[in-house]
Amino acid sequence: MKSIIFRTVAPFLAGLMMLFSIFVLLRGHNEPGGGFIGGLIAVSALAIYGIAHGVETVRRAIFFHPMAIAGAGLFAATVAGLVSIFARVPFMTGLWIYPSVLGVEVPLSTVMLFDTGVYLVVVGAISSIALSLEERGGA
Amino acid sequence: MAVSTPAPVDLSAALMLDPASAVEWLVVLPVAWCLAVGALLVMLRRWSGLQPAIALASLTVLVLIDVALLDHVARNGPTTMVMGRWLPPFGIAFTVDLTGALFALVAALVALAAGIFSLADINDSGRRYGFYPLLMLLMAGVSGAFLTGDIFNLYVWFEVLLISSFGLLVLGSERGQIDGTVKYGFLNLVATTLFLVATGFLYAVFGTLNMADIARKADDLRVNAPLMTLVGLYVLAFGMKAAAFPLNFWLPASYHTPRVVVSALFAGLLTKVGIYALIRVTVMLFPIEREELSFVLALVGALTMMVGVLGALAQTDFRRILGYLVVSGIGSMLAGIAIGGPGGIGGAIFYALHSMLVMTGLYFASGIAMRLGADSSIATLAGLYRKHAGFAALTLMLCFAVSGLPPFSGFWPKVMLVKAAIDIGAWWLAAALLLVGFFTMIATGRLFLLAYWRDSAIPQAADGPARLSAAALGPLAALTLLALALGLYPEPLLAMIQSAAAGLAEPSAYLNSVFPAGGPQ
Repeated sequence: MKSIIFRTVAPFLAGLMMLFSIFVLLRGHNEPGGGFIGGLIAVSALAIYGIAHGVETVRRAIFFHPMAIAGAGLFAATVAGLVSIFARVPFMTGLWIYPSVLGVEVPLSTVMLFDTGVYLVVVGAISSIALSLEERGGA
Repeated sequence: MAVSTPAPVDLSAALMLDPASAVEWLVVLPVAWCLAVGALLVMLRRWSGLQPAIALASLTVLVLIDVALLDHVARNGPTTMVMGRWLPPFGIAFTVDLTGALFALVAALVALAAGIFSLADINDSGRRYGFYPLLMLLMAGVSGAFLTGDIFNLYVWFEVLLISSFGLLVLGSERGQIDGTVKYGFLNLVATTLFLVATGFLYAVFGTLNMADIARKADDLRVNAPLMTLVGLYVLAFGMKAAAFPLNFWLPASYHTPRVVVSALFAGLLTKVGIYALIRVTVMLFPIEREELSFVLALVGALTMMVGVLGALAQTDFRRILGYLVVSGIGSMLAGIAIGGPGGIGGAIFYALHSMLVMTGLYFASGIAMRLGADSSIATLAGLYRKHAGFAALTLMLCFAVSGLPPFSGFWPKVMLVKAAIDIGAWWLAAALLLVGFFTMIATGRLFLLAYWRDSAIPQAADGPARLSAAALGPLAALTLLALALGLYPEPLLAMIQSAAAGLAEPSAYLNSVFPAGGPQ
């Protein structure tokens, strides 16, 4: 897109949205948010960046092929379910650990891994669609 | 976040506190394994040379898992695992009984055969389009549908397998494929929507989606709830998926367009998932409504058989003929469901398992025939017998099997169905079954006579014996031998099918597995 205002603002906007999407993802366990909505916000960031600076730039920036990102997400989600085999509890049971990092207790769980997987599936699948649509549409 | 509670909460009211045993994991492992491998293959898209090796190895593992599962279920009865430790009916239950385990095992065998055949059929561009990841995700959906014990979850697995099947259908993006996919996709989406509507309706009536819970509550609700409407909707939705008359036209219109191995997979798996769901819902959940609907089901079954086999007689394209034969087989299974009782349901299950193996094999044969003869129409295809006698012999055996002639696997289910039909006095249904068997013989005989036995009109230099790769011939031979083995020695399978049918008719073991010792009422 030609508009210089848009081109200047887009990187900041995209970066901010990315950050916000991760915030929404992590917030999702107990409050509104989560992997799906976080993923959609992240894809909007990529789409905006793509409109401003071209799809090729976005593809370079995310490094992996979008479908590979989606595959990684699906894999993470499945693994999150399988971890419970070691705790002798049924598939998909939420397991928590509370490691202490620099004196701060950080709750980590398989639920979060699952949600991150959802986030990656959404980012991968929807950005794959969005980027190829932008490629066809943007002459 | 962990909130400290003053008094300890009684978790046993909501959670399963006993540790899960290793065998229970067999129940979810087929699905989780296929999903994980599928995801891995999506990530490894670029390594197209590596994909077949990983996929074949993991399909072999899938077969082994399913064998272990079947063995466990045959010894110990239905087994349940509930996701996330929540007690049923709130947690999503995966419950496997003999019916589900048998279907899952045969589906895995078909997928493994297709995986091997794909080495000869899917080229590098097909690999980069993602044939193997889609195959694994399709198997995740199919296995999930056979193993789940929750009706909404069944819907989800239908969606998973449907989405993967769209991907497999358009592999190659040719014009004809897109045409076939649109027909297939549209009809299946309508069926899926009907399924979802019915499930929403069911949830409103029952307040539960767990199949065991529905089965035990149906008797109390039958007085007030519109269960006939509900079952009617399910029969329509699953009948559409299974390609029952008059909703069968999408199948022959789409199954001849994709790659041969994809057609073979679909013929073996997809319509049978519809039949399985129909058996599960009508026989186990709503047996009285099935009784009420039995005449309609029998009529639909008879018409499906007839329309299928007459379509097969009218066609000239090899794969279209097979598409109509798939439809005709669905008719026999519907007839079995309509007849009911151990003979009818057992016959339907046996017929479905036989049809999965044999139809997949016949589609493989059509692919090899098209490669040998460079044509797909039996009007011009000729002299295949001269080119490869062994291949012709295998095809002939499959033709006998699909027509229901001894000593092949198609014989026993047909015997069971005809006997069950005569036992309940439905002589016209028995006559239809026998007549369709006769017509199938004519249709496959015509196929064999024209494409294999007839000498080509114009003798060509390439008419001499041809060589076939092991990847193409191996799976065909394996499926044919399996059909032969099941025909010669059906006892173990028959015994298992009898107890599977009994378990569906009297699901107390299934209920006990989900709600041990009565459970919460």
